[in-house]
Amino acid sequence: MNTRNPVYRKRLLAHRIGIVLSVGAMAIGLAMLAWILWTLLANGFGALSLNMFTGDTPAPGSEGGGLRNAIVGSLMMVGLSTLVSTPIGILAGIYLAEYGETNRFGQITRFVTDIMLSAPSIVIGLFVYALYVANVKHFSGYAGTIALSLIAIPVVVRTTDNMLRLVPNSLLEAAFALGAPRWKVAMLVRLRAVKAGVITGVLLALARISGETAPLLFTALNNQFFSSDMNAPMANLPVVIYQFAMSPYDDWRSLAWGGALLVTFTVLFLNILSRTVFTQKTPR
Amino acid sequence: MSAHPSVALDKPASAAIADQQQAALSKTMRNQRMQDFFFHKITFLFAASVLLALVGIIISLAIGAAPAFKEFGLSFISTVEWDPVEDKFGALIAIWGTLATSLIALAVAFPISFGIALFLTEICPVWLRRPMGTAVELLAGVPSIIYGMWGLFVFAPLFADHVQPLLKSTIGQLPVIGQLFQGPTMGIGILTAGLILAVMIIPFISSVMRDVFEIVPTVLKESAYGLGCTKWEVVRKVVLPYTRNGVVGGVMLGLGRALGETMAVTFVIGNAHELSWSLFSAGNSISSTLANEFAEAASPLHVSSLFALALILFAITFVVLSAAKLMLAGMSRKEGTK
Repeated sequence: MNTRNPVYRKRLLAHRIGIVLSVGAMAIGLAMLAWILWTLLANGFGALSLNMFTGDTPAPGSEGGGLRNAIVGSLMMVGLSTLVSTPIGILAGIYLAEYGETNRFGQITRFVTDIMLSAPSIVIGLFVYALYVANVKHFSGYAGTIALSLIAIPVVVRTTDNMLRLVPNSLLEAAFALGAPRWKVAMLVRLRAVKAGVITGVLLALARISGETAPLLFTALNNQFFSSDMNAPMANLPVVIYQFAMSPYDDWRSLAWGGALLVTFTVLFLNILSRTVFTQKTPR
Repeated sequence: MSAHPSVALDKPASAAIADQQQAALSKTMRNQRMQDFFFHKITFLFAASVLLALVGIIISLAIGAAPAFKEFGLSFISTVEWDPVEDKFGALIAIWGTLATSLIALAVAFPISFGIALFLTEICPVWLRRPMGTAVELLAGVPSIIYGMWGLFVFAPLFADHVQPLLKSTIGQLPVIGQLFQGPTMGIGILTAGLILAVMIIPFISSVMRDVFEIVPTVLKESAYGLGCTKWEVVRKVVLPYTRNGVVGGVMLGLGRALGETMAVTFVIGNAHELSWSLFSAGNSISSTLANEFAEAASPLHVSSLFALALILFAITFVVLSAAKLMLAGMSRKEGTK
């Protein structure tokens, strides 16, 4: 190649700069992930102990303590939200895929789902406060569950809808030709064909709500003591992490890092699980 | 069989059986039609509930915000003062904080996301694409509160000691723009919040960009290569123009995320109701004001003003996300016709 030609050299230089910048951008992205994970490990690993899982959140100034009440509270709220949002999300997704392909209502709902997917989570917390907490006049685990469900539902709807639309028409027509009614085709043929994809959606929703803090601030609030009463204020990991991280006590901060480590690795594990285990079985 | 003489005798009986079968069949079909009817209605109900949630959010925020707007009028939006003691409220500081942090985030995240998308679609060896792509997307999985802690305890001190003095002594000396980089170097503030938001939205923007880059028809790219274009020229002159709407859509999606982000911003923005030209100074965004004050708001007007802030935030994100969605919808139509 004629590398003496100034035009060629200029183009080659532009190309090289572009490529180097692109690789640099990728390096920045990976470095950020590594930096954050390293920070978590460096600060949180020391706090990980059996105590963290057996003790309840300590009072200000007192020694020891753990996160048992927060872990249990989070598990209960996230678990219940998943139980609530999965059927709602799947059925709504089925509607969109079955009947909402062309009609106006379907299009609007799909649009709204996409907006809700990225809607500010703190606004959803405020909504649940205005709708539920302000009426029953106390914070509760149920309120937190409602807020988390509102965040999880759009994720499930969206993935279910997308997955169902991947199912080849010939499969559905074969089932119709056997005389199956529409609901059977939808539930037993179409949905079953993309079971793996739908589970992926549920896992993604689970990962999303496990780390949500903002919507729980005004709904579940917090509880210093162990409580499994969902009708009362409930401790949960994200809010405890928030309060303890902002506190002046070293013990609390250390617990906050331990909790942060726990939450992050759970969420990242769910994310990776949803990508690797289930995606391969989904039709393309 | 029909040739058999006895058939003639049995005819009434066989007709009865046929009638019975007919009746059973039509009964089954009626049942099925009814089941389908209910199936349609039930799934419709659940789909409608999603729509209802959105309408409910808008209505309940509007009801909550009504007293504040009644008291302060539309000038609520342009009033600087935010004084819970005097019961005087204005949204300008919070709106400015939200917009400033989001725009900084966008300005930083856009080139980096573009680089990442370019790397993942054009440069990266195929076997590495999936793990690399997943790694970047994992950044989106890290909970917002973790970014806040990392920002406050790790990033902000480093930023205050090394980067802010540097910025102050270089760009800070310039006329006009210099004003943005003045003031005490505390580490926390609007600029820090913007930078952390940038890290948070990089995965969203880059994954949309990667998806739209992937739908550029290979023929187009190969034609350009055939003319002797370098990879960089192909990306600049073929891929980018072809995917312009999708790229803008991805950026808007990132902006929508940045606007509503709460916990990370609350940690590092400094929570001060002050308006300053300096990006080093502490400020407040809409979401951080909500997170900090809502639980402690005592006067009804304070609560209502917070609802008004939430309504403004929701309105802004709604517009931005709708624009993103429309842009990306145009892109997926393009994919269909390729």
